[in-house]
Amino acid sequence: MKKKIKIKLNGKLKTINNKSTIFSIVQKNKIPLAKVAIELNQEIVDKKKIKNINLKNNDKIEIVHFIGGG
Amino acid sequence: MKKDKLIISKKNFSSRLIVGTGKYKSMHECAKAIKLSGAEIVTVAVRRVNITDKKKPLLMDYIDPKKITYLPNTAGCFNSKEALRTLRLAREIGGWKLVKLEVLGDKKNLFPEMIETLKSTEILTKEGFKVMVYCNDDPLMAKRLENSGACAIMPLAAPIGSGLGIINEINIKIIRKQTKLPLIIDAGLGQASDAAIAMELGCDGVLVNTAIAKAKKPFQMALAFKNAVIAGRQSYLSGRIKKTLFGNPSSPKSGII
Repeated sequence: MKKKIKIKLNGKLKTINNKSTIFSIVQKNKIPLAKVAIELNQEIVDKKKIKNINLKNNDKIEIVHFIGGG
Repeated sequence: MKKDKLIISKKNFSSRLIVGTGKYKSMHECAKAIKLSGAEIVTVAVRRVNITDKKKPLLMDYIDPKKITYLPNTAGCFNSKEALRTLRLAREIGGWKLVKLEVLGDKKNLFPEMIETLKSTEILTKEGFKVMVYCNDDPLMAKRLENSGACAIMPLAAPIGSGLGIINEINIKIIRKQTKLPLIIDAGLGQASDAAIAMELGCDGVLVNTAIAKAKKPFQMALAFKNAVIAGRQSYLSGRIKKTLFGNPSSPKSGII
């Protein structure tokens, strides 16, 4: 069995396979990449490089987009 | 009037009305109100993507950022650190550099926290952002923001969402006299005539959200604001008559039967 790790995605605790990439998270959650920005542990991530970024235990990912606001 | 454009950071806009995209009943209502308002710039907020409800409609599907200029804001930020983080993320979404900085002081009156705002303006400008700054109607602070590199000064008319209209016309007039930067009234307008007054004071534009979104008839109010901004601007450019204490007949005094 694959080793599991725990991460936080937009504040929610998720259990995922060890060495999952940010790209796999984006794909799994059907996130439209062109319309979002991604942070890993409060550092902005280059969207072009997310296939190469493996996640570690306790990583915190924030994926944001534009919504209505004044 | 054809050549009378609103110029922000070297970009020309025909409409002097900027509208917010919050508080509408639906995305559809929001998009229609924006269309009717004629606005070419809309403010947007940066928030977490809803991971659990993937069917939630996306703003970008209703308002095309290629046709309407998105102005990312920092609503909900109470210090410089949060505001910088938000706008850096906004830029990352797709290259947005023209932004609305709004650092709030407290949750009750939503007045801007000007020390943090000033600090953020300096940093963002150095990072290449074009910063439109929500601020108090304080001429001294407006000057300091200008010196820090703000690309537009956006004083409040009254507290955000209050609908009180312009509380301190004198200060707005003083700010108008002292700055060549675009001066845009942001927050606190309640009805179309408030926008006309702002324009007659010499402001370059107004930013409206709640007054349209929460009107009983948002579409009609969007149109009313559009017309009020045009009327106010034309009135300002036309040069009003002097006020006098006594009457002055409009019909000739001679030839009376």
